[in-house]
Amino acid sequence: MEHLVFELERTPGPAPRRAAVVVGVVASGNLEVLVEAGPFPDRCRAEIQTSATGFGDIWGAVLADFAARHPVAGLSLAVNDGGATPAVVALRLGQAFEEYTGRNP
Amino acid sequence: MTGPRRAGPSYREASARRRLAAILDEGSFGELLGPTERVTSPHLAALDLPVAFDDGVVVGTGLLGGQPVLGASQEGRFLGGAVGEVHGAKLTGLLRRALAERPAAVLLLLDTGGVRLQEANAGIVAVSEVMRAVLAVRAAGIPVLALVGGAWGCFGGMGIVARCCDGVLMSEEARMGISGPDVIEATRGVEELDASDRAMVWRTWGGKHRVLLGEADRLLEDSLPAFREAARQLVGRARPLTLAALEAEQAWLARRLADLGGSADALDAWRSAGVDEPERLPLLEPPAWSAAVAGARRVRP
Amino acid sequence: MTRTWDTVRRNRAARLERARAVGHGRWVEADRMPALLEALLEPGDRVCLEGNNQKQADFLARALARVDPARVHDLHLVQSVVALPEHLTLFERGIGRRLDFSFSGPQAVRLAQLAGGGKLEIGAIHTYLELYARYFIDLTPRVALVAAQAADREGNLYTGPNTEDTPAIVEATAFKDGLVVVQVNERVDRLPRVDIPAGWVDFITVAPTASTIEPLFTRDPAHIGEVQVLMAMMVIRGIYEEYGVQRLNHGIGFDTAAIELLLPTYAEGLGLKGKICSHWALNPHPTLIPAVESGFVESVHSFGSELGMEAYVAARPDVFFTGHDGSLRSNRAFSQVAGHYACDLFIGSTLQMDLAGNSSTATKSRITGFGGAPNMGCDARGRRHATPAWLKAGREGSTAAMPRGRKLVVQLLETFREHMEPAFVERLDAWDLAEAMRMELPPVMIHGDDVTHVVTEEGIANLLLCRSPEERADAIRGVAGYTPVGRSRSRSAVEALRGRGIVRRPEDLGIAVGEATRDLLAARSVKELVRWSGGLYDPPARFRSW
Repeated sequence: MEHLVFELERTPGPAPRRAAVVVGVVASGNLEVLVEAGPFPDRCRAEIQTSATGFGDIWGAVLADFAARHPVAGLSLAVNDGGATPAVVALRLGQAFEEYTGRNP
Repeated sequence: MTGPRRAGPSYREASARRRLAAILDEGSFGELLGPTERVTSPHLAALDLPVAFDDGVVVGTGLLGGQPVLGASQEGRFLGGAVGEVHGAKLTGLLRRALAERPAAVLLLLDTGGVRLQEANAGIVAVSEVMRAVLAVRAAGIPVLALVGGAWGCFGGMGIVARCCDGVLMSEEARMGISGPDVIEATRGVEELDASDRAMVWRTWGGKHRVLLGEADRLLEDSLPAFREAARQLVGRARPLTLAALEAEQAWLARRLADLGGSADALDAWRSAGVDEPERLPLLEPPAWSAAVAGARRVRP
Repeated sequence: MTRTWDTVRRNRAARLERARAVGHGRWVEADRMPALLEALLEPGDRVCLEGNNQKQADFLARALARVDPARVHDLHLVQSVVALPEHLTLFERGIGRRLDFSFSGPQAVRLAQLAGGGKLEIGAIHTYLELYARYFIDLTPRVALVAAQAADREGNLYTGPNTEDTPAIVEATAFKDGLVVVQVNERVDRLPRVDIPAGWVDFITVAPTASTIEPLFTRDPAHIGEVQVLMAMMVIRGIYEEYGVQRLNHGIGFDTAAIELLLPTYAEGLGLKGKICSHWALNPHPTLIPAVESGFVESVHSFGSELGMEAYVAARPDVFFTGHDGSLRSNRAFSQVAGHYACDLFIGSTLQMDLAGNSSTATKSRITGFGGAPNMGCDARGRRHATPAWLKAGREGSTAAMPRGRKLVVQLLETFREHMEPAFVERLDAWDLAEAMRMELPPVMIHGDDVTHVVTEEGIANLLLCRSPEERADAIRGVAGYTPVGRSRSRSAVEALRGRGIVRRPEDLGIAVGEATRDLLAARSVKELVRWSGGLYDPPARFRSW
């Protein structure tokens, strides 16, 4: 297992503070994403536990793109990953954000 | 879309959390020990394996048809819904809570291969604690219902747990048993059982066979509304857990063994039970199937 | 000097006489088949052993593997698919020496070992159509060993739903004074229909066990994921709708199965019924059933059949090509021609793509071959009839004054395969395989200059609109995600391509990623396919969950 922590910079957006949501499931090629209110109003903290070691730079890139597309400031992301491809990771992050902000309950 | 009618969103396809939320009255579910609490498996972490924030089981309170109930739902896609120490403690804790709160029912949405092998003895102890807790709740007159409709079905020690409940609801795609087909093939050889013959596997472990034998009470379409409605009908209806009731059930099982125990295959058993043209049963939808087996079905006393 | 003009015919007569001399008539007892083959065959013969991706002359393959290598050796095998272990036992025992083939699927690793160890010379790896073509030019079989469902007393053959390659093989052999030996599952008084006339057949045996058919094209919808649904939505929106694709072929796999299952839901919701996907060159895929039932599909011509689809096909003769007996008539050669010349689009999955758009399924230790995909996944340069889709693709792809259309050739791939193997690479593994096996050509499945669109989970790259090799490479980088190739892209270059519609993201196509769920699939399980078929589809036991 590899433990990765990222801090995603982003101007504070209108991310509503709601009940935490969890999306996805820990399985081979899949992952779960937990979204909660985070400790920093101007940043998003993302903590990754992954069974696929050595892909920290790809995680960083996927999360940076995610943060560029969504107003994530003030949120905290926690991920348990069973070796998902970036395609699945991006999809889950998007689903988790939509569910957290209530766009797709 | 034209095409065949869908009875509603699929139970089998839904996540554990979605299943429980959909079975309960809308918006009534309150999760206990949810993912934000991060009560995860210390055993998996020690083995350097990925953990899940809820250890693969969702537990909480809610309403069903306006009556208070407690519910648990296993996530079959996480380690095959297998029961580890934390996972089992959440189930046992929920059942013990029932003794204090006296809800109208406890719903166990089971989707599991049984004990989590990675947790060895801790998992085995956990399953036996769940069994004991189920019986304690039943002894208090609170019905415990097992809902089996996930891709893993319900096997191993959790298969025993399901059969300790007041009732079992199954979809025909679901399976229930102790040893599953792969285990039997691995230990007894492919001559004994060919686990790749899926039609045979479902004839033997699937919902239709289990309901026909009286081990499950209702055969449902694979839909969340079907499971919700069937569970709603059973809330508050406890089966007596008395010596007389157990002796009656034992006699019923002995009679069933005498009548059907010699069957080589489920088809034989269905024929012996009095079903005409048993070959057509696997293809019948639940309503037509129920009509076709009406006289042949064994019903648990 | 007078030349004799019938040496081949005399040789045929001599072989038949040798067979007669050891007591073989037209009907051969199964256990005497190796003896017949020893009498008929001569060292160095070119032998076609029928093996397709579904139907196998498996009994004849086993019989040939049992002949005495002292009498029969150094054969030149020509066959479309090397699928059975016996096919390679021939080379281990020295019965065979040279192999010309098209696809090797399950035997790919062993084939590479035998070729590497010098036991087997590979002539060439072909596409199906190319190999059949050579049966009539320079690889004509001396002896053909084929499979049919049944024979009547006269020796007429019924090939059943899986006709596949048999007519092409028998035609090439019988009309060049070759010998045709056939295994049948049964001998009957009256055939449902005659697929091969008795006069083209020399020897017949009733095989002790029916020839095996593999359900190769069955995909269980339960295994289709959300990423595949998303890519299928992009294909329907960004390519089928965009070009009005009416005539097409789908490759094998879950990606294209997802598209088939989205026609009655997503595509119908877009009002596309009757506007796309009416005519197909395709095996009877079970996942096409919902599209057929909802009225999308007008016609389907098939390369082969699919196990379990017999009753469904027989009940839909307006859609499928069937005999008067009701069963499917497939024909791989004709369907490949149809896919090449009469389809406006080919779409298939691949494993690896380079920055020129060349794609390959080859890896270092496996020789898998091509099958039929390249016949359909290439522009038909000889095509002279116009359709709107073909013309639009031609306009996008060329600035020349003379109007000419283009086949749409679409490649589907997720940016990473399992275990985080990047699908986009600077250099294909095919180069290494070619070096290791001393092949003249790296085995490229679809050449980059034939590819018009690349679809990944990130978006669609339209290569037709690219005006230079550099632009094509940028477009491919633009959909290559987080692979090393994708991450080396320039953000501004990709945004410029997006502005010109060369790179299109889901949002550019009006697709919200969150909508890509399995609920969009018209069937989410094999059982739902059976329901769509009204109980006519009878899936093999391994695909059942009831």
